[in-house]
Amino acid sequence: MSTTTPATEGRKLPFYMAMVEAIRQEMARDSSVFCLGEDVGQIGGVFQSTVGLHKEFGAERVRDTPISETAILGTALGAAAQGMRPIAELMFVDFVGVCYDQILNNISKTTYMSGGAVKLPLVITASTGGGICDAAQHSQTLHGLFARTPGIKVVVPSNPYDAKGLMTTAIRDDNPVVYLFHRGLLGLPVLNFIDAQFATEVPEEPYAIPFGEARIVREGSDVTIVAFAQMVHKARVAAAELEAQGISVEIIDPRTLVPLDMDSIERSLAKTGRLLVVDEDYLSFGVTGEIIARVAENLGRFQLRAAPRRLAIPDVNIPYSPALENQVIPQAACIVDAVQALMNNPL
Amino acid sequence: MQATHDQLLWMYHRMLLIREYEDTLAMVYFEGKLPPHIQKGLAFDIGAGTIPGEMHLSAGQEAAAAGVCVHLEQQDSVWGTHRAHHFAIAKGVNLDRMTAEIFGKVDGLCRGKGGHMHLYDTEVNFACNGIVGAGIPHAVGAALAAKLKGNGAVAIAEFGEGAANQGSFHESLNMASLWQLPVVFVCQDNNYGISVNKKTSTSVESNVERAAGYGMPGIRVAENDVVAMHAAAGEAIERARRGEGPTLIEMKVDRYYGHFQGDPEGYRPKGEVRALKQNDPIIRLEKQLIEQGVLNDEQVKQARASASDRVQTAIAFARASAYPDAAEARQHLFVE
Repeated sequence: MSTTTPATEGRKLPFYMAMVEAIRQEMARDSSVFCLGEDVGQIGGVFQSTVGLHKEFGAERVRDTPISETAILGTALGAAAQGMRPIAELMFVDFVGVCYDQILNNISKTTYMSGGAVKLPLVITASTGGGICDAAQHSQTLHGLFARTPGIKVVVPSNPYDAKGLMTTAIRDDNPVVYLFHRGLLGLPVLNFIDAQFATEVPEEPYAIPFGEARIVREGSDVTIVAFAQMVHKARVAAAELEAQGISVEIIDPRTLVPLDMDSIERSLAKTGRLLVVDEDYLSFGVTGEIIARVAENLGRFQLRAAPRRLAIPDVNIPYSPALENQVIPQAACIVDAVQALMNNPL
Repeated sequence: MQATHDQLLWMYHRMLLIREYEDTLAMVYFEGKLPPHIQKGLAFDIGAGTIPGEMHLSAGQEAAAAGVCVHLEQQDSVWGTHRAHHFAIAKGVNLDRMTAEIFGKVDGLCRGKGGHMHLYDTEVNFACNGIVGAGIPHAVGAALAAKLKGNGAVAIAEFGEGAANQGSFHESLNMASLWQLPVVFVCQDNNYGISVNKKTSTSVESNVERAAGYGMPGIRVAENDVVAMHAAAGEAIERARRGEGPTLIEMKVDRYYGHFQGDPEGYRPKGEVRALKQNDPIIRLEKQLIEQGVLNDEQVKQARASASDRVQTAIAFARASAYPDAAEARQHLFVE
């Protein structure tokens, strides 16, 4: 099932405040919810992802940790197995490299290896994405790495409304959830570097958005673009330009990679027959290929009018210089080109 | 801390049960594996037979488990390693279901999905782990949960001296001490990380020296002696329960079997195991209990027979259990 953007009125919040509001409301509702991670306490997170919570809930429940990613995630596992609901932050998703064993061999496998006897209601949060010249070790998204690991759910919100509703769902889920927030979308004054709406209407009362339900960002009839996080906004810029050229673009934001709402993508393809997947993760062996493979497996359900296309980081590391970084992260202009190629190359 | 007669007898019975279990598994393990049939020259087929997969036995390390678990309640948790049958049995894990799990059967603790390195028993708060050192921070997390809930529970991380060279060990000790968590780190020095001996792998003579680096007490139990371990663990666990933070214990234990069953052990000096068995912790306690008049020869005989019966019951339970339905391979990835 898919939903369109809800027509809420009134209060506007940037992404980071919407995300924090969900955590605050869940912490108030459930005493087993607590936060831990580097700098998440006193300063409210390097990316303000826990801002205000330390003051409100205290140092026991909003815990600054040593720079010890393995101990942070291992501690989250142990606490979750004992009935707590930890939210463990990795600051930069790139740091998963120093604690990957805890995700790959422990957090993702405990429930399965125990035959369902042990549940791990924990959330791992991390910031993702390039665009601020942080170079190869602080610019990755890596959502595909988590999504291809059985046993974890993966959330990649693109806007404040979804940020809040998906965080609520993540905290209430009895399974491990990796919740990835893109730095360019947070709405922090120092990180406003892409063309996106930084504050949108967000209801004050708690609400939960079910996992596995895509959002139709924009309706159209010629081409379907599937995009996540920052790429949703780049796709919108491209779609506006393409509209002026007479090409009608539909944008689907799946919002969660695991579970993935293929039904919404297929419904859109039945209408447009043309698919472009735009992703800020690495190109090969990843998310874009997976979505196109699933489409290929179900070709009987719709008639494709052009060979599917994809845009992603072209299997290089993210370079430092702004002159180079823009060359590897898909930009609106590349999306326009790719859509035109879809229109001009019928099957 | 002086062990009471009841505690001594409890430890004696548990150690006998562990030893009987491991010695029995050591034999059952080879059922269906011999003679070799997959590749010429291969000693045996690891994945075949009654007990498929690798098997890491803990005979010779019983005193560590009994000396710690005698102090534990049900809500206290134990986080073990790939070689953890001794702690599982000492913590009171259901022996029938544990054995069924090791046989890969549906009545196993994990319905046949975990195997002997990944035993989970939520009834008695036990878990073990196949990655060296990975379970140590899990105990820290359990201790943090206990502190946040204020329920008085203690967490035990049990691991070998090889794991003390993993980053997870050092991160965990720092964090546990920093937060004064109710956790006890139990390092069992059996002198071997697979084939590499401690002198070749470890920069300090005893890991207890590392405790000072994290601002916590370190207690060395220099002999494979359950009475000494009882005292050390009792002190550490009481300290944890009082809210005074973690302790690191290093205990000398022995590994009577190879790293895995079938290990040719070419790295081991000839006759080493026979020499180690001269100081066997079960014989040591048994002699002591007889000398003190706590046990007589008849009771020893009965205790050994009863351990054997219990193990045979567990083996029979596991043999009788069915393999899981094929559909279960795709289940339990997530809880509903």
